[in-house]
Amino acid sequence: MAFGGRKPAGKGKGAGAGAGDKQGGQRRGLFRRRKICKFCADRIDDINYKDVKLLSGFVPERGKVLPRRISGTCAKHQRALRVAILRARQLALLPYAAD
Amino acid sequence: MSARTYELIYIMVPEATEQQVADLQTQVAGIVERMGGTIEKTDPWGRRKLAYEIGKHKEGFYVLHVIQGSGDLIKEIDRRLKVTDGLLRHLVVRVDERQSVAERARTRRQETSRRRRVARGLPPDRQPGEGPQHDGDDDGDVTYDATEGEA
Repeated sequence: MAFGGRKPAGKGKGAGAGAGDKQGGQRRGLFRRRKICKFCADRIDDINYKDVKLLSGFVPERGKVLPRRISGTCAKHQRALRVAILRARQLALLPYAAD
Repeated sequence: MSARTYELIYIMVPEATEQQVADLQTQVAGIVERMGGTIEKTDPWGRRKLAYEIGKHKEGFYVLHVIQGSGDLIKEIDRRLKVTDGLLRHLVVRVDERQSVAERARTRRQETSRRRRVARGLPPDRQPGEGPQHDGDDDGDVTYDATEGEA
């Protein structure tokens, strides 16, 4: 059913994504979830380097810091998150690099 | 000098005996006392797996102290820990500034919500069982028409 009507839907997406998608959310099968800063939503004021459980959600397998563009974290909290991850790495709570 | 709050974490080799762990803790306590600081909290996390190997160790014994004192005190502790054997890592972080910032943010948020509630003719504090229950994450059926960062 997703491939019912318009054929070039898949093709047109990559190029001019910005303006065209605004009308009515016609995005068949590719609804983008609205991204929310977890720290704003949960009211975490102090991102602590000792909270491995929280931080590890922002460190994908490879061990890098998950970019804002993916996680949706706001700029302010991303900065704090980065510092926390850096500290956690020093203490071997999180990996510097893993594969 | 005004008192500051620091967190000190160090990781000892996993082979350390209880005696050694206790010794180092008393050593730290001794320095703190001598330099006119106070230990607010001591929290031995115990043995933990390291995220990566340090030397040939895969585990470490973590100890956390929360210390109030001057910068000179911390400098001395740092110097001493650097030359202490059987220590894999240590880290000192100043926390009082961060904490007060967080505290301010919390009170500001509370005040705003109270003011808004009063403006809507509600009691300033949330009543039990009122409003939507917080269910952790949002359920993901929200659609969003913005594009992902293309730059």
